[in-house]
Amino acid sequence: MSDHGECRHLLGSLSEYLDGTLEAELCSELEKHLAECENCRVVVDSLQKTIYLYRATAENVAVPDEVRVRLFRCLNLDDYLEK
Amino acid sequence: MDNRKAPEDFSLEALRSGDRAEFARLVEAYYELIYRLAIKMLNDPQDAEDILQETFLKAYRHLKSFDGRSSLSTWLYRIAVNEALMLLRRKKLDTVSIDETLETPDGEVEPVQIVDWCCLPESELMSAEAQAYLDRAVEALPTTLRVVFVLRDIQGLSTREVSEVLNLSETAVKTRLSRARLRLREELSGYYGEKLREGGSL
Repeated sequence: MSDHGECRHLLGSLSEYLDGTLEAELCSELEKHLAECENCRVVVDSLQKTIYLYRATAENVAVPDEVRVRLFRCLNLDDYLEK
Repeated sequence: MDNRKAPEDFSLEALRSGDRAEFARLVEAYYELIYRLAIKMLNDPQDAEDILQETFLKAYRHLKSFDGRSSLSTWLYRIAVNEALMLLRRKKLDTVSIDETLETPDGEVEPVQIVDWCCLPESELMSAEAQAYLDRAVEALPTTLRVVFVLRDIQGLSTREVSEVLNLSETAVKTRLSRARLRLREELSGYYGEKLREGGSL
């Protein structure tokens, strides 16, 4: 990848491309490049997977119940502890 | 912000006048989001709990002066982010960190790892070990990039919302997000690429 000026040039656009917010002209330039460049396709796919994995792990964060209890206590909200 | 969990239907008047029940509703609606932000920023349960408590203590003290120009969630996120950044700064002073001295805080990183690891099974991608690795990779990001990544990709805020929380332009948010994502992709490609080799798929 490092030998290709175009890959470098398009690198900064990949994130917006995956968000669907890249402007149309750059978008078609990038897609044309991706059709020809295997390395960049791998980078795009793995970038997309990276974002997906982080979004998925966010859902696994559970707040321990005792953390909630201590929070309500420190705010003097003991009376409202029951859900 | 995250409308599925926290609709903004609070009475500002009640909150400003110190209504305990309304404040309890506010805490109930947002404590999980704030805790998640803190734990992803700091990767330490005790620190995350401190930030959680401090955020709502501050919110309670300053509700009277909340002007309603931003949404309540943006305001809470702003308090939490500031608390987290202050904690990180204090810790850095304690440990005399040298890890960021050789790089510009958010310099572009060119892809080196070109490994197609997307085909790994979900069980491998999402193993407990992998998740711990993912968390450490975020923790290793420069703070300026980490805070944008956590708000945007983990908390699910829009670019505009992140720009409001951090008082940054939307362009700056997009640039930092791009750099954070590319760095994490690089880290994950190293990690999962190793898993592919171990599994004999490469």
